[in-house]
Amino acid sequence: MNLLEIHQEPAVYLVLAAMLLAIGLFGFIRRNTLVGMLISGELIFGAAMLNLMAVNRFYAPDPTVGHVFVLFVMGLSAAEVAIALSIVIAVYRNYRSIRTSEISEMEG
Amino acid sequence: MNPFPASEYIIPLIFLLFAGATIGGALFAVFTKWIIRSVCGLATASVGLAGMFYFLHSPFLAMIQILIYIGAVCITIVFAIMLAEPDEPQDGYGLHSVPWNVGAGIVAVAVFWGVARLGVTGDWPTPAVRVSDGSVEMIGVALLTTQSLALEIVALILLVSILGALAVARKGRHIE
Repeated sequence: MNLLEIHQEPAVYLVLAAMLLAIGLFGFIRRNTLVGMLISGELIFGAAMLNLMAVNRFYAPDPTVGHVFVLFVMGLSAAEVAIALSIVIAVYRNYRSIRTSEISEMEG
Repeated sequence: MNPFPASEYIIPLIFLLFAGATIGGALFAVFTKWIIRSVCGLATASVGLAGMFYFLHSPFLAMIQILIYIGAVCITIVFAIMLAEPDEPQDGYGLHSVPWNVGAGIVAVAVFWGVARLGVTGDWPTPAVRVSDGSVEMIGVALLTTQSLALEIVALILLVSILGALAVARKGRHIE
């Protein structure tokens, strides 16, 4: 692999996306507050978007489809953040905590 | 003689800078104890991702990435931290025990190894012909013609999520 052409190598992007996915998964398992898990989830979303864009750039016959797909994923992740954070606020009002170990019981 | 020595290294260096920002920011977001620093790590990773998108011939998505992730997602998370996090994290706050962390590391390494191996050794077909060049004009045309359903669905999802977030967060305000 030529170091000067490193930004033209699809494998580099795919490995970066895999690394981002692994880091996000690690944080998702490791954290035990809701906000920390949400941040790790955003990293996983980023890995998915990078993977999609890399495949779209190098292997797709029509690159616009990948762009639209990634825009869709970004919209989904923004919606997810809005919903998740409002749930975090609601949970915090009831439990005075957002640690997952303390909010494991539900009340109808 | 080349009047600009080492000028051919500029592009790979910028690429490595953005790649380093992506991975470094993500690692920082995962490993730091303070959740507010974790948000800063997420923002750094988003800048790096925007650079990756730029190198993937997509400056439009790079702009959108910065707008949405840093301008909206990170700021919203900061607001939530202001409302729902303790000021001073005690030791071990927000993290599981050490064996749990080791297990998380094993899972992460296994997933990385599998996915990276698939990506590197996979038999990816190169397309014979490119239908379009993926420019912003083509994206705009596609969004309003062939991909208009995706645009409508995203609009609906955002509307519903805003209404849902308002409904969920508003309930219980006067209970106390």
